Amino acid sequence: MKSTTALNPRKPFLFPTRREGKARATLVTLLLSILFLILPALAARAMEIQSVTSPKGVTAWLVEDYSVPVVAIRFVFGGGSTQDPPGKEGLANLMTGLFDEGAGPLDSEAFQIKLDDAGAEMSFDETRDGIYGSMRMLAEQRDEAFDLLRLAVNEPRFDQAPIDRIRAQVLSGIIANENDPDTMAQNRWARAVYGDHPYSRSDQGTRQSIAAITQADLKALHKALFARGGLHVAVVGAIDPETLKKKLDMVFGDLPPNQALAPVADIEPKLAQHIEVNYDLPQTSLRLAWPGVKRKAADFFPAVLMNEILGGGTFTSRLFQEVREKRGLAYSVNSSLVNQDHADALIVTTGTRSDRAAETLGIVRDVVKRLAEDGPTEAELAATKKYLIGAYAINNLDSSGSIAATLVELQLDDLGIDYMQRRTGYINAVTLDQVKAAARKLLTAEPTIMVVGPPLAGAGKG
Amino acid sequence: MTSRIEWLRATLVASSLALFMINPVLADSSVSADTAPAEFKVTDFLLDNGMEVVVIPDHRAPIVTHMVWYKIGSADEPPGKSGIAHFFEHLMFKATAHHKAGEFDRAVSDIGGSNNAFTSYDYTAFHETVAPSALELMMSFEADRMRNLILTDDVIKTERDVILEERRSRIDNNPQAVLDEEVDATLWQNQPYRIPVIGWMQEMEQLNRTDAIAFYNKYYRPNNAVLIVAGDVEPETVKALAEKTYGKVARGPDLPPRVRPVEPEQNTKRTVTLSDPRVSVPSFSTQWVVPSYHTAKAGEAEALDLLAEILGDGNRSRLYQALIVKQGIASNAGAYFQGTMLDDTNFTVYAAPRGDARLADVEAAVDAEVARIASDGVTPDELEKAKDRYVRSMIFARDKQDSMANIYGSTLATGGTVQDVQQWPDRIRKVTTDEVKAVAARYLVLSRATTGYLLPQQQAGN
Repeated sequence: MKSTTALNPRKPFLFPTRREGKARATLVTLLLSILFLILPALAARAMEIQSVTSPKGVTAWLVEDYSVPVVAIRFVFGGGSTQDPPGKEGLANLMTGLFDEGAGPLDSEAFQIKLDDAGAEMSFDETRDGIYGSMRMLAEQRDEAFDLLRLAVNEPRFDQAPIDRIRAQVLSGIIANENDPDTMAQNRWARAVYGDHPYSRSDQGTRQSIAAITQADLKALHKALFARGGLHVAVVGAIDPETLKKKLDMVFGDLPPNQALAPVADIEPKLAQHIEVNYDLPQTSLRLAWPGVKRKAADFFPAVLMNEILGGGTFTSRLFQEVREKRGLAYSVNSSLVNQDHADALIVTTGTRSDRAAETLGIVRDVVKRLAEDGPTEAELAATKKYLIGAYAINNLDSSGSIAATLVELQLDDLGIDYMQRRTGYINAVTLDQVKAAARKLLTAEPTIMVVGPPLAGAGKG
Repeated sequence: MTSRIEWLRATLVASSLALFMINPVLADSSVSADTAPAEFKVTDFLLDNGMEVVVIPDHRAPIVTHMVWYKIGSADEPPGKSGIAHFFEHLMFKATAHHKAGEFDRAVSDIGGSNNAFTSYDYTAFHETVAPSALELMMSFEADRMRNLILTDDVIKTERDVILEERRSRIDNNPQAVLDEEVDATLWQNQPYRIPVIGWMQEMEQLNRTDAIAFYNKYYRPNNAVLIVAGDVEPETVKALAEKTYGKVARGPDLPPRVRPVEPEQNTKRTVTLSDPRVSVPSFSTQWVVPSYHTAKAGEAEALDLLAEILGDGNRSRLYQALIVKQGIASNAGAYFQGTMLDDTNFTVYAAPRGDARLADVEAAVDAEVARIASDGVTPDELEKAKDRYVRSMIFARDKQDSMANIYGSTLATGGTVQDVQQWPDRIRKVTTDEVKAVAARYLVLSRATTGYLLPQQQAGN
């Protein structure tokens, strides 16, 4: 569950040279875009992925590894907060807060004590397009841990007291963010870009919508989503295939075969808009959206390379060089390709001193324009290919949990269990002309631009 | 994907991990390289020029994390030059006598590696994650910039603009961060932790080339640095490569011991209040000055760690159970202790109300739990479970290569030793209920604390 962190007084402690991750690129089109990065010949060599299918027909991808006495499992049921019924926005988010609040014969307190005694950590989270579950456990206590996971997945109680308590926490978060300019901007953006599509809704819901959620709603959503048909599972760590098969049957084998999902339409983000959320801030946030590219599209990898050259994860991208390195206009400036089940976009974000925000916006647009017109150089493309080939392992496979998460996304995207071996070939096969074509196709569109800060024209004007 | 808030959380985890990252298997083993070939067998040695080296083998993936930690942080800055340590961290990414600006970054990205750096009160660290075959290249770049940086006024000016944007982004745009900064300046009356790591704006604006070069020449020396290499390498290889690269850098003058001003006795209750229109739900935190692992008498810091765990870490903690579950008056509540610091550190409790609850009632409820644990102590069962969670965290931590590197690096940069890290689980195991009660009674005195309030605008001044 996404709870609010705005109230947590814990503070930044370390100050890195460059902000990690894609920072604000995730403002609206969240979370599921992770896997446009690619795979390492490196990791493919080091890691054997087995496909394990249980007697009842539950399949998991397994990386068997005994070097640390830990087992990590991650799984997803398709259909996330887009499945919240109209007027019940926030349902999926609330549900993910309740899986450790009582299941089967155990009430909230009994369940949490058992979980603690079992030495396991369990978490559930939702995106627009899926309900994710994760557990990591000590190998020597995996029986107790899997047993609790079985209860949580199959028999969540959704008792009224925990519903009311978790709902009150979510409500506090909603209220706490009501006057936060970033949150207000996020809501404006979502409505402007996605209209009345489910992607425009807040996944935490509103004051009214979460007040309307009942126990019956939670049970109905659980029943509709938790089925073998929409399930993907990955397991990493100290467990052999035969043992895993038994656990898979125990945890997932008795779920109904098919999900009952409400249909969700594909949507093209609405471009060519100018949104200003005016607020007297020392730093102005800029957010720009261009068209994206589908994960299965033929020009996916050309677009990935193009995005990386524009403003991807290195210190050498064009935006980083022009906006930060040469002019000192920003601390963070990034571009990212966002892939969701029903929408795709290329998003650029930065934060810049408010009295020079117009100048920064001009430079961002100029960098984009030049890439759209001229494309990258051969040298840029060659270097970026090398980066993307090598970066996969480091970015995606650095712990049992991250390996499991990666394997779940590969299954969701239907990329095949041997994808890591093929990925390098896909990248190397991309030509300069293809990248130029991707740049022209995506970046010549008129973007939607959002400005959060003082009016863009400048401080002097009223 | 990482959002900013999540990033903040991640760094806190990283810093508190400094307490977790031990291999229990090694607790009683020696650290010489030749006795045990086992995974995670830690080796440490000194180069002739005084640079300390720690090697943490982890052969699960063909990846190596290479870090250089300098024993210099913001708390070591000269008066009036706040922010110079962090500014200098940024400047380390500029041109050297042997490499043009950006060459190191390109060398990392060309092989799909990742690199970054961070600064805290007591240390500054630079790190790269790459394939093991690139370790020597990383070492040669890192050794080069230890002494051969070329700083021009142009470079200084542009990068200074970047850190000013970083300050606006992290602090000035965020009411919680603005409050935290001034709470720190109130909690710490004399110790340099009162000054923000990123610096005070008006002093950052004046940082110049002369300051930077003086800082560089004084602190960026092999005898003030710790090299940590974690991953798919052998100690012998690291040693040979380190001698070939870092070993060629001349030892600098011996630095004086890091003796800084310390806190006078606190005899007052201090409060700091910020009202801001962006805030909708009030919150508070209360802090005390307590010893760190480096300044504590034997066993006290371990007891403080367990006290924080029992009082306020996670949903089994006393604060969570009392305020969120039983009384239902808070949306969040917790406690933490940052033990891995060179000088005395802080112990913090925090909470925010939910629903109709008033902040004053929530604060009173937190105070009541603090008073109760100080007067009655903790139960043997609570203590055992807290210890179990720590041991479990250590095992989970071994699953992530850079976690281990961060533990050793932060410990060694704050006056600790490899043995301190390795013996830490045993010391945690030895803590008694009396010792936890004693530190609670000694340090968590409500009449001598510093409290920060973050309030909505309408509550201002009335």
